[in-house]
Amino acid sequence: MSGPLRAQLGAELRILMRNGEQLLLTIIIPVLVLVFFGLTDVLPSDLDDHMDFLTPGVVALAIMSTSMVSLGIATGFERNYKVLKRLGVTPLGRPRWLAAKTLTVMVVEVVQLALLVPIALSLDWNADDARWLLALGAVGTGTIAFAGLGLFIAGRLRAEVNLAAQNGLYIVLLLLGGMVVPFDELPRGLEAVAQYLPSGALADVLRDALVGAGSQPDTSWIVLGAWALAAPVAAALTFRWE
Amino acid sequence: MTTDDTPSFRGTRLVSKDIENVVEVDGLVVRYGRGDRAVTAVDGVSFTARAGQVTAVLGPNGAGKTSTIEVCEGLRRRTTGNVRVLGLDPAGSRSDRAALHRRVGVMLQEGGIYPSARPIDTVRQYCGIHSDSATSSPDELLELVGLTEHRRTPWRRLSGGEKQRLSLALALTSRPDVVFLDEPTSGVDVNGRDTIRSIIRSLIDRGCGVILATHELDEAERIADRVVIFDRGKVLVEGTLDNVRKARQAVRLRTIRPLPQADMPASISDWLHEVEPGHYTIDDAPQGLVAALAVWLSEHGIEVIELRAGVASLEDVFKKLTGGES
Repeated sequence: MSGPLRAQLGAELRILMRNGEQLLLTIIIPVLVLVFFGLTDVLPSDLDDHMDFLTPGVVALAIMSTSMVSLGIATGFERNYKVLKRLGVTPLGRPRWLAAKTLTVMVVEVVQLALLVPIALSLDWNADDARWLLALGAVGTGTIAFAGLGLFIAGRLRAEVNLAAQNGLYIVLLLLGGMVVPFDELPRGLEAVAQYLPSGALADVLRDALVGAGSQPDTSWIVLGAWALAAPVAAALTFRWE
Repeated sequence: MTTDDTPSFRGTRLVSKDIENVVEVDGLVVRYGRGDRAVTAVDGVSFTARAGQVTAVLGPNGAGKTSTIEVCEGLRRRTTGNVRVLGLDPAGSRSDRAALHRRVGVMLQEGGIYPSARPIDTVRQYCGIHSDSATSSPDELLELVGLTEHRRTPWRRLSGGEKQRLSLALALTSRPDVVFLDEPTSGVDVNGRDTIRSIIRSLIDRGCGVILATHELDEAERIADRVVIFDRGKVLVEGTLDNVRKARQAVRLRTIRPLPQADMPASISDWLHEVEPGHYTIDDAPQGLVAALAVWLSEHGIEVIELRAGVASLEDVFKKLTGGES
């Protein structure tokens, strides 16, 4: 790893660690959702074991929190504070800036998985049928899709508007994304839309990979792949550094 | 800090002797927007800045100086014109831009640092980014700008002057051959200004070219070797500080209360130019006018703050050229 990339990655991680809201969003909320719904079994799932429904959904929630909301809000404020402008006149360069952001997201996701999976197992989730490589592929593809979406929003809006937009979208995708509310519990019109949202697609392919219970995994892979292509392209075309 | 407690910059790479002009701007035009809504921010600007000198870029708000400097820094695209910094094009090939990023120090007018970041972490980050050219350690840079005791204070809790000094430290991490400073003394207290001036002097002693954009004319007059005065996107005057001031021999009069010009003889009042109430200048005063003015002021009990004949101050020149706006 080059000196500039190492320096920027260190700075990104330090800023993240000093930012309580980011830790709440990326670590504490997913853990609380997993523990609360894991203990209470109140989710309206058709699956025999409610942890089979909950665990993939919370992993998808965690990925969305980190790669879209946390990344998008931080980037929006960095534009606002002219941090990106200042870095633009250093040897860091945009590819290494993007690499540092990507590695930061990956570090957080590793921490998330290292917490969520053992907690789910301790709540009697049975991972015998999990296809871990497929699940990691889903996490990677979902990360690209959500990061593109987060940067697309962050790259155009003022920091405060971006903050509201990212949080608003987070709630919408959480409720419509099949993460904690099954698709078939949604009103008919919303159900059709929800399955084509990146959150719904990611939750479905993770449910297929981790417990073999996706509702339409082939279609969801296509949907997630399309988001992973379109969102970063849209972000690259529209992003304003200042 | 050096042994005599005078802040100085330790970078030792001097600008190549082949490059006398560290910045060359020729016919620069910058337009924003398109069609009927296009605004010309910079309109055919040309000037140079030399190695081992401080070039002050002056002008009222909206004069085009920040747009011009940002083109030189590579932060903004130009519409037309030629710009060379250390002989390289800031909007040129990737290798040109990479070379410039290693040799150019930039201090933004404001911001550029994450509010929760601490000075030591920020300087360490920039030293790491400039790892192939940085010579000073993060602790040395913080000591240079007098921020050692605030090394762990989050940026948002620093005073305005401390933020400026941290920003200056970041501009020095690359061991620069040319430095662009945008309002470096804005909001800085007297001691902080002394520190910044000393650092600038040590930079130019080592052959570095310093381009200083500022509203503070007194500051420019104290440290600039050359001045470039902008207004409405054009350069009104460019030259050494002495030549610009000598070009305008003037009488300067400041009074506690505005003068009753209607009561003055026309032989005096016709020559007076009112910069603002209580501040007057006379250009190319005829022989005897200053004496007559002094007598009239004395006879009428006018309380005078300053009556000075000779070389114009930079403020006088600036206000004359820009119509009194600063």
